[in-house]
Amino acid sequence: MREAISVSGLRKSFGRTQALDGLAFSVRAGEVHGFLGPNGAGKTTTIRILLGLLRRDAGEARLLGGDPWRDAVELHRRLAYVPGDVALWPNLSGGEVIDLLGRLRGGLDPRRRAELLERFELDPKKKCRAYSTGNRQKVALVSALASGADLLLLDEPTSGLDPLMKAVFRECVTEEQQRSRTVLLSSHILAEVEAVCDRVTTIRDGRTVESGTLAELRHLTRTSVSAELEAPPVGFSELEGVHDLQVEGTTVRCQVDPEGLDGVLRRLTTAGVRSLTSQPPTLEELFMRHYRTGEAAARSRAETPR
Amino acid sequence: MNAVKGLAGIRALVRLILRRDRIPLPIWVLLLAAVPAAFAATFAELYPTAAERQAFAEVAGNNPGLLALFGPVFDPSVGGLTAWRVSILLAVVALISVLTVVRHTRTEEEAGRRELVGSTVVGRHASLAAALLVTGAANLALAGLMALGLIVVQDLPVGGSLALGLAFAAAGCTSAAVAAVAAQLTQGAGAARGLAISVLGLAFLLRLAGDVGGEEGGTSWLSWLSPFGWAQQVRPFADERWWVLGLAAGAFVALAAVAYALSSRRDVGAGLLPPRDGPAVAPAYLRSPLALAWRLHRGLLLGWTAGFAAVGVMIGSVTGTVTEMFTDNPQLQAIFEQLGGQAGLADLYLSAVLSLLGLAAAGYAVQAVLWLRSEETAARAEPVLSAQVDRLRWAAGHLFFALVGPAVALTALGVAAGVVHGANTGDVRGELPRVLAGALAQLPAVWVLAGLATALFGLLPRLAPLSWAVLAVFALLTLFGEVLQLDRWLLDVSPFAHVPELPGGEVSTTPLVWLVVLAAALAAAGMVGLRRRDVG
Repeated sequence: MREAISVSGLRKSFGRTQALDGLAFSVRAGEVHGFLGPNGAGKTTTIRILLGLLRRDAGEARLLGGDPWRDAVELHRRLAYVPGDVALWPNLSGGEVIDLLGRLRGGLDPRRRAELLERFELDPKKKCRAYSTGNRQKVALVSALASGADLLLLDEPTSGLDPLMKAVFRECVTEEQQRSRTVLLSSHILAEVEAVCDRVTTIRDGRTVESGTLAELRHLTRTSVSAELEAPPVGFSELEGVHDLQVEGTTVRCQVDPEGLDGVLRRLTTAGVRSLTSQPPTLEELFMRHYRTGEAAARSRAETPR
Repeated sequence: MNAVKGLAGIRALVRLILRRDRIPLPIWVLLLAAVPAAFAATFAELYPTAAERQAFAEVAGNNPGLLALFGPVFDPSVGGLTAWRVSILLAVVALISVLTVVRHTRTEEEAGRRELVGSTVVGRHASLAAALLVTGAANLALAGLMALGLIVVQDLPVGGSLALGLAFAAAGCTSAAVAAVAAQLTQGAGAARGLAISVLGLAFLLRLAGDVGGEEGGTSWLSWLSPFGWAQQVRPFADERWWVLGLAAGAFVALAAVAYALSSRRDVGAGLLPPRDGPAVAPAYLRSPLALAWRLHRGLLLGWTAGFAAVGVMIGSVTGTVTEMFTDNPQLQAIFEQLGGQAGLADLYLSAVLSLLGLAAAGYAVQAVLWLRSEETAARAEPVLSAQVDRLRWAAGHLFFALVGPAVALTALGVAAGVVHGANTGDVRGELPRVLAGALAQLPAVWVLAGLATALFGLLPRLAPLSWAVLAVFALLTLFGEVLQLDRWLLDVSPFAHVPELPGGEVSTTPLVWLVVLAAALAAAGMVGLRRRDVG
């Protein structure tokens, strides 16, 4: 089984709201797959369909070789899930919930449990009622990471964690990858996905925007080039694949398609380069570009941090 | 100055409560306000002459079962009989008032919404005061509309009508204040509701024990310890004793003051008792959906069982004294012989009270089933269902307690009442099985309600809380159906109409079997629905 998750033409509507509209992507066994999209894009709906909590209206979904709706119970033996908004039983302690969920999944490694409690600095004796959002998230994370699951479905699992704990989380995901476990990490925090993911799928309005490795996604995008030259630049506007050209005296700034880079560099060296910066696009830029269309643009600007 | 600051923002909070309750609040006020007028019309039609009413009042005023349920008849007029008969609704008004206050105080705190509100320009006491204000105003509106209905539609005396309305408002307001105190003491809203309802249950039992012997009974002073007793002692349409309303007002002020004092002493979100830590590791048994359900339901089960056992002891002891008392009365001897003599009378009383408690047990069953729905809406079902747990197994854990819980509680009731009553009559061996059978005979009807709630949960989850409305309709049919002379088929809609009147009545198993079949079919339909639908 090469693909842990494969989804195609997935549709789901709630009343008049079309949550998923032909979503397609696949996650290979053993990879950490980023699942990116703004709030309301359909990430959680997708995960809940994969968990067999929601029934798809149309389309195909395979999870670990089974049907997520029909084979839910058997599949759940092999997966662990961390919801974005963790709700727990107020009168049970954190430790009790970790154990209970672990046992319901079919067991959990007590050594790993103790180690994770320490790393996440979580007091398991506190009643869930007394936990903050971040601590409730830690309870779900410890329980999922200490289980022997083949597949981890993580739905914005770090939204309540502080930067220190986010770093611990990234370490843990990297460790899971080394144990050749598959991880689907839904997020709208790009730095997180960039740091740990092999491949990424971006979605918007219930549809896949793009799917591929980080390198492939970069390949599809432009590089921003900024150079100070010895002579005023000429002829850049005639070059293929150059966008957003700005010329100020001897300084030139532009966005270049990958196939246009060669021509741009030749033209730059002809004029004589004093300084040159070229930046691969960060996921932030990728993300912004995908959502900077129509109404989605305003939303993503408001939601993307910094 | 501090008091004023503490109430800052109350206006906005009152509006918020009115907005959130804009549908249920008018419904219960209007519905309850209409009932007394309907009863007055029925009494006027059933007993048009003073002599007929006098005869009815004599029977009602000397029947211990009716005395226990409705209290003494103070006046044989249409108004007097109406006031007597609707007094059972005082408990309903009290219950609604408690639920309203807790919903807008402790529930808000538990959900963390109070924190958001508290960060705005809102005083420390504003949310408590707003909840009491709205509940109090709703009770006064109920009083006004109730009186208006009696005066305008039924042409009853103004004084008595007002007194009856105000008696209801007094019981409602006192209960609201009890809830206000309870909401300060516990950390969870469920516990606060449980505490306040227990206090009201005790108050109802005190009234019951006080009234069962009639006005001259040796225990009549007990009624004066209960807000329900006060409401009746206002004696609407029987030389109203307005000063008794002062008792309720005093209790309201005192309890509200206690609630305020407690609320200024504690942190937002905290109870009076400091939260205790739990175990770092789960006990070995906590490894299945059923074990989790036990952990979640055990408090409820314990509370209901203890409550029903206490009620059983009470009923058992009262039944004994009732029959002794009446055999001393030679004038009524003939009537009692007709009713089946001393033992027959005890049986009549027991079966009447047991059918009432059957309704209460159905409330427990509905509560337990709807727990499933709240697990779902609070997203607590998600982590369980994403583990290796089938939906039906998850639901079965909770349904087990919805079915077995009421059985345990009714058994406790039957055993307690049977043993105590048996000890009084010197025949525990004979009485215990009879009373226990009477209690357990309610179970099939209780299960029908559990089945109905399950069916709604599985098929139309958003409408699941309607189970409460259905139970309320069945309760009204049981309590008032025959008096209102409703058609037989309408009365038969309620499963409780098919429960044999035990002990004493004819034992018929056929309807019980059908009820069980119906309950099972409803539950199965719910399970099929749950299998097919989206969760969350």
